[in-house]
Amino acid sequence: MHQIEQEVRQFVIENFVFESDNRGFSNDDSFFDTGLLDSMGVLTLVEFVKEKYGISIEDDELLPENWDSVNRIAAFVQARRTQAMADQGSLAEIAQNLS
Amino acid sequence: MKSTLSSFTSNVLDIDAPAVAAELEQAIREIVLGRLRRKGAVVGLSGGIDSSVTAAICARALGKERVFGVMMPESDSSDDSLDLARLLADVLGIKTTVENIAPTLEALGCYQRRDDAIRKVIPQYGKGWKSKIVLPNLVENSQYALFSIVAQSPAGEMKRVRLSAEAYLGVVAATNFKQRIRKTMEYYHADRLYCAVAGTPNRLEYAQGFFVKNGDGSADFKPIAHLYKTQVYQLGRYLGVPEEILRRPPTTDTYSLEQSQEEFYFAVPLQTLDLCLYGKNNGVAPEEVAVSVGLSPEKVQRVYAMIDSKLHATRYLHLPPQLVEPIEEVSAIH
Repeated sequence: MHQIEQEVRQFVIENFVFESDNRGFSNDDSFFDTGLLDSMGVLTLVEFVKEKYGISIEDDELLPENWDSVNRIAAFVQARRTQAMADQGSLAEIAQNLS
Repeated sequence: MKSTLSSFTSNVLDIDAPAVAAELEQAIREIVLGRLRRKGAVVGLSGGIDSSVTAAICARALGKERVFGVMMPESDSSDDSLDLARLLADVLGIKTTVENIAPTLEALGCYQRRDDAIRKVIPQYGKGWKSKIVLPNLVENSQYALFSIVAQSPAGEMKRVRLSAEAYLGVVAATNFKQRIRKTMEYYHADRLYCAVAGTPNRLEYAQGFFVKNGDGSADFKPIAHLYKTQVYQLGRYLGVPEEILRRPPTTDTYSLEQSQEEFYFAVPLQTLDLCLYGKNNGVAPEEVAVSVGLSPEKVQRVYAMIDSKLHATRYLHLPPQLVEPIEEVSAIH
């Protein structure tokens, strides 16, 4: 989780924080409230997360509660990974039962 | 914030059309003949309500012989755009010309570049396909305003795919050629006739950045930019804009599939957005606006937030070229 936070934070700094801006935003700060990201920024972040963590993202998951801060994104990615692992576990269990 | 729940109704946008028309006529004369020192006005006619009202009020202010209409269809324009623009010009008695900009756009690669960008998300997109860009309904849920492309295959099959940043920017950049070439053509005629170019945005479009920088956003004056869309309709009715134009649903007339302005940009019915923008501009609480527009206070609050977000996101569109230092000899004469 900590690693995801760091990676997302680094991506945000590299892509959306200009030299003259304050880099001291916290991982809980709202991107929208701080004006750091607009919807184009969110789109860029979504693509980064898709590619970096290999997860697909549905339209109904594009909500501020999943994307409006570094910590929210990290929690979303972590939840999706946990879900994927659980799904894989169930599949393995089903396969075992069938064999 | 106002405290009574009864003071805000949908009538707040009602105007005294004859008085507003008289004020505008006076202002246009002062701006065009006085400040801009030009002989008249050139207006790009799209067949829509905004350009029709702009042309009509300019004709009243300056005289019909001092207003020149330019109709600029291209490959994706709907047929009735040209018919309605011609109808308006006949009613007003102004001179016009038709400039088909499709060959220019073709030469610039506008259509090819747009299709290339769409193929980044729909690889089979090509000849015979039609498309438009749409937004999710942002009032119903708090999703981000991320665009999707809706495409129709030659066989009629419909696809809706969320656009990647690269594809979205590519489609927008290519289609923006349309507004920029139109403006180039308007300035050609304005230079030739020693006229000023009239911009046609209403308040919603102007405030929410619904225009292309150096395209339809460019003009020498914008006579209806302070009027809400609802008020533009009222003025149009008073000025005798033909009923066919008043009844036509607003459209961007930019994409090959028919697309309303709501789908492309606002994602909220324009009348609702108009009232929300008025409410927000005048410090009216969402609870009061909610009663008039038939939405919950939470949804009106969401529209308020969207208006704010759009206002900030499109700030760049309103900025003139930025200078490192003021040029005093120029500032002195403004």
